[in-house]
Amino acid sequence: MKKVTKLLALFLALALVFGFAACGSKESTTNETKANETEAAANAAEVKIGFICLHDENSTYDLNFINAAKEACAALGIDPVIKTNVPEGNECYETAADLVDRGCNIVFADSFGHEQYMIQAAKEFPEVQFCHATGTRAHTENLPNYHNAFASIYEGRFLAGIAAGLKLNEMIEAGQFTADEAKMGYVGAYTYAEVISGYTSFYLGAKSVCPSVTMEVQFTGSWYDETAEKEAATKLISNGCKLLSQHADSMGAPTACETAGIPDVSYNGSTVSACPKTFIVSSKIDWVPYFTYIINCVANGQTIDTDWCKGIADGSVKLTDINTDVAAAGTAEKIEEAKAKLADGSLKVFDTSTFTVDGKALDSYKADVDTDDKYTPDTEVIENGAFNESVKRSAPYFDLRIDGITLLNEKF
Amino acid sequence: MAKTEKQKQEPLFHIVKRIIGIPTWQAWLIRIASVAAALLVCAVVTVMLTGENPLNVYKTMIEGAIGTERRIWNLMQNVAMLLCVSLAVTPAFRMRFWNIGAEGQVLIGGLATASCMILLGNRLPTPLLFVVMFAASLIAGAVWGLIPAFFKAQWNTNETLFTLMMNYIAIQIVSYFSYIWSNPKGSGAIGVINLNTQVGWLPTIGSQKYLLNILVVAALTVFMFIYLRFSKHGYEIAVVGESENTARYIGINVRRVIIRTMLFSGALCGLAGLLLVSGTDHTISRATAGGRGFTAIMVSWLAKFNPLYMILTSFILVFLQKGASEISTQFGLNDAFSEIITGIIIFFIIGSEFFINYSIRFRESKKGVQAK
Repeated sequence: MKKVTKLLALFLALALVFGFAACGSKESTTNETKANETEAAANAAEVKIGFICLHDENSTYDLNFINAAKEACAALGIDPVIKTNVPEGNECYETAADLVDRGCNIVFADSFGHEQYMIQAAKEFPEVQFCHATGTRAHTENLPNYHNAFASIYEGRFLAGIAAGLKLNEMIEAGQFTADEAKMGYVGAYTYAEVISGYTSFYLGAKSVCPSVTMEVQFTGSWYDETAEKEAATKLISNGCKLLSQHADSMGAPTACETAGIPDVSYNGSTVSACPKTFIVSSKIDWVPYFTYIINCVANGQTIDTDWCKGIADGSVKLTDINTDVAAAGTAEKIEEAKAKLADGSLKVFDTSTFTVDGKALDSYKADVDTDDKYTPDTEVIENGAFNESVKRSAPYFDLRIDGITLLNEKF
Repeated sequence: MAKTEKQKQEPLFHIVKRIIGIPTWQAWLIRIASVAAALLVCAVVTVMLTGENPLNVYKTMIEGAIGTERRIWNLMQNVAMLLCVSLAVTPAFRMRFWNIGAEGQVLIGGLATASCMILLGNRLPTPLLFVVMFAASLIAGAVWGLIPAFFKAQWNTNETLFTLMMNYIAIQIVSYFSYIWSNPKGSGAIGVINLNTQVGWLPTIGSQKYLLNILVVAALTVFMFIYLRFSKHGYEIAVVGESENTARYIGINVRRVIIRTMLFSGALCGLAGLLLVSGTDHTISRATAGGRGFTAIMVSWLAKFNPLYMILTSFILVFLQKGASEISTQFGLNDAFSEIITGIIIFFIIGSEFFINYSIRFRESKKGVQAK
């Protein structure tokens, strides 16, 4: 009996190996039929969209995508396929391919590290649209079905910066410190463009209402490290920073501010429930407009933009409710005013007349827009008196070290 | 005061070890019954949590594992990799050397492969690169296995703790290099190595990129079966496992067997790392081993260290994992749900071994006893 079972196990294993080896050639025909099906998709209800998320709902970052996916799909009457906990590796490619097999016309991935695997899948399935948030390679890959997306979050940060500047003005008037002592602190994750673009726009927003303001930035070297973020915030506070903001995903900085009684401008959603005495306002990206856009594109047979980046005027960037207990009087009005100017183009966040680098105003700068390992500058980005952020590609590339901001450390 | 027979309270049942053992067909009957019971409990849990028809749920599960050609290949690849690591830990287990450091040994082997691909990729001709990669990954894995084995042989340290700790060291080393070699810089991930040149990628057979891995592991399975069953080494391992004193008495150099076996075990884990990094993932991260080093322990045990049975046990585990993940996607449940389902089924499978090794005797119902 024992021998029989063993032989059976061996036979089964071999049968599986060779049985599946034999059926490799059918793939191309099924792909062709799928291409025809895609063309036939006439309206949004026939579109099938799959989402690949790095973590699940327990991560605020992924939750923001998942909620937007559900909201956008519910409004269009379609049922999304959501795959959570997909690591940034071969698993991502397998998941994307599997979503195609399920009949998805669009596959979306939410994490930076998914990009290479999405490109791999995009090459293999030309009839399916692959969309990727935060990626940088779509405009250089030249694939008609691979697209990057981001949002002009720097606009949101600029507006949040105005709230910060007004708060500083209020504290100066109340005699808590002099105008020269108006220093803000910023907890950042890594010293690269996405974060630099964020803190610079925040600083410029504050400076637009409080001209004497300076800022110190401390990096943690992680997107989510509660202890490191708390320590960085505490260090900034002991350095004499009067107000803090952050670009990292944990509650470390907001809670450190609440403990020390220092006002905080948050990110990714309101932290008012945990920090009622210090939370001013928060900016976040809303992905519903993008998801609606790509679904409609596929439904109507239109081409999806290779790089898509919309801002405050289109509802892709949002501010949370202002915490009036902490924010200075008139904050809401001032923000609305700036918002209208951003929308009509009369105000630009990175206006070169508002900042200097090494004491000089810039009239030309080449940024690393085409991604490579060494950050080679390749594209002129200053046009019409402003640094054109997120125009040459969706992901941020503003990486200038402007005057008034001191980096306490660097983390790559 | 001496107790009479009647005063002794006989328990309702007692557990007796089966000394002779039971026939194979009965053992399999128990195993099949346990799987059936597990599916029943899973069905109840699923209905309670989701209100779905359990038959639909099982259908979804099967579809998730083998519903499309791609899923079948994916399943086979995952079975092969899990089996590879399980085969690697088995010689040590047979020797009663509890090597739970396979995760680290796989990672270190994978890291050796990745570093060859990154540092030597453009400097060596491809055949030579493969030789160096192969040697580096096997040696790296072997060294990671040798360190605890040496301490065990020399000073009789606890290999379970030692190998476990070596996992964390390997994970941290991989983290460190993910940071050093991250591409793009600052992302903390290495990304696909040699994406455009494909230097150092194992060749694919036809259009099937996983077939090579599967064939390598299939060959390894047969080899391991023969090695453990018919070779002198295999015999020595079995004797050392049964009793070190006996081994010494019949002239086996126990230290040498321990070290040799762990070198072998570690090297095979290194090979698994090579297959994962060079064969499929083309990158390395902390998650490359994906917990296989730990799941392999279960695969090996459930199969009673028999390489041929391990094909079946690793298949069951991967099948469950893939199927359960499909359930959570299909019914919009959190990923944790698939882990609950897998947990229930594995619990029953492991539990069945208890009933195979022990029998339960109920007390014979005598009127007097029950009345008391």
